[in-house]
Amino acid sequence: MAAPAVDVREVTVRYGEVLALDGASLRVEPGRVCGLIGMNGSGKSTLFKTIMGLVTPEHGTVAVDGGSSARARRAGAVAYVPQSEEVDWSFPLTVRDVVMMGRYGHLGLTRRPRRADHEAVDAALERVGVAPLASRQIGRLSGGQRKRAFVARGIAQGARVLLLDEPFAGVDRDSEATMVRLLRELAAEGAGIVVSTHDLHALPELADEAALLMRRVLLHGPTAQVLRPENLAMAFGLGLDGRAEP
Amino acid sequence: MSALATTAVDLLVDPLAYDFMVRALLTTLVASVVCAVLSCWLVLIGWSLMGDAVAHAVLPGVVLAYVVGAPFALGAVVFGFLAVGLIGVVRDTSRVKEDAAIGIVFTTLFALGLVLISVTPSQTDLNHIIFGNLLGVSWPELTQVMVLGAVVLAVLLIKSRDFTLYAFDRTHAHAIGLRPRLLGAVLLGLLALTAVVALQAVGVVLVVAMLIIPGATAYLLTDRFGRMLVLAPVISASCAVIGLYASYYLDTAPGGTVVLAQGAAFALVYLASPRHGLLGTRWAARRRRLRRERAAA
Ligand SMILES: Nc1ncnc2c1ncn2[C@@H]1O[C@H](COP(=O)(O)OP(=O)(O)OP(=O)(O)O)[C@@H](O)[C@H]1O
Ligand SMILES: [Mg+2]
Repeated sequence: MAAPAVDVREVTVRYGEVLALDGASLRVEPGRVCGLIGMNGSGKSTLFKTIMGLVTPEHGTVAVDGGSSARARRAGAVAYVPQSEEVDWSFPLTVRDVVMMGRYGHLGLTRRPRRADHEAVDAALERVGVAPLASRQIGRLSGGQRKRAFVARGIAQGARVLLLDEPFAGVDRDSEATMVRLLRELAAEGAGIVVSTHDLHALPELADEAALLMRRVLLHGPTAQVLRPENLAMAFGLGLDGRAEP
Repeated sequence: MSALATTAVDLLVDPLAYDFMVRALLTTLVASVVCAVLSCWLVLIGWSLMGDAVAHAVLPGVVLAYVVGAPFALGAVVFGFLAVGLIGVVRDTSRVKEDAAIGIVFTTLFALGLVLISVTPSQTDLNHIIFGNLLGVSWPELTQVMVLGAVVLAVLLIKSRDFTLYAFDRTHAHAIGLRPRLLGAVLLGLLALTAVVALQAVGVVLVVAMLIIPGATAYLLTDRFGRMLVLAPVISASCAVIGLYASYYLDTAPGGTVVLAQGAAFALVYLASPRHGLLGTRWAARRRRLRRERAAA
């Protein structure tokens, strides 16, 4: 059997005083979509950053695509679609320029794209359905199109592990359905995908499995089971300090 | 040739009869082009204040280099990195926010430079470093400006795409196995070198203008980074030439006049740029409204 796409074990992460993850474990196999749910501040983005090697855990281990996170990154195996707030949407780049950045890891000193790179970018743009908008400035896309452009970057990169931080925030139902279809296709081709989301409606269609996060993974299993009201209450009904939310 | 054209040519050629004007022109041209290219990244990363800080903080380095007879560039780079390091330390290990940390560190280092100047006996007036001495640039100084400028431009252009990726999405740079911290450090090193180039022209105090205005002006004109990289140096070099000639005929401070020309160019673009200018966007909105009204009628 292939190595897990993501294998996080007993990871603890602290930002100064703040304990963001406390013994979190998550294992996602290739070909599966895992929905990561949890309230604001539960550590979803931190878990992604840990998988990416952007924060160093105090305890615990991280494996990506069967090796260390650093090895997976060098191999171009892991792609990250950031939360919208993290992107400067007025940056003077076209959609095509952004997707081309997925190829940089494969390119030489000056990152001058070759014909194969242009073809990979064209194919990726086509695949996510933003090809007609390729020469627009990146901010001149709708919320859903922006997200798909970033997924296209991951496709152009050839990533086998896709991490998407809240891809449905500020996205209408149509775009959401398009994105769900796209991610399902990519999983069917063997990608391991982790999606953090507050949008529980989309989850049953999107995700094979779901994980409830609250500094650690409280529950991880088939989506339908995790979404049972009593289980959701466990993650959303209680505040971070253990008291009930108002 | 008509009399008018002859006069115009005379106006342009006359000053160049003086050797010092030729050197001044070459120095401002090199400085303005190098600064302008770098400024495209600085304004997009949001490093304007950092540019100001590094430009000021190199002063003690330059003075010390002068004292021990080392190249100015070395002193500048050492103090440029020292400044950035200290800013990081103050920001990360105290409750002081980044802008305050920058303000504290660069003014202190600048003050150190002023104090060092006041105790350094020297033939050449070190005060020229502060306000620039465009008309007094020597051939060796010009050579240094050209060499440093060429090095900075070469690195910027070779790693252009990496720096743009760094400016746009550091996380992605990290995700594909590049080293964003290294890229950032290289950019800061280039910033310190550029400060040395530009302080010959306009002095430490006005370097930041050349490091911000051209990039900001070009950013108002286009949505393509590649075009910014062309527009910024063209605008900046034009302003440098216009400013230098204006200072010659109006008998004003050359460094200050060059920066004034850049400021004026920004103001013009800010008002009139079709895409992102004040009037341009108003007019576009008006046209859209009229079109809607006409369609409705
Ligand atoms: N850079 C940081 N410095 C200090 N604390 C941080 C930092 N980033 C996150 N935190 C804290 O760590 C905890 C987890 O944050 P994280 O961003 O991972 O949550 P999240 O589940 O992604 O939340 P959201 O749904 O709002 O995106 C929060 O308490 C947050 O305040
Ligand atoms: Mg988050």
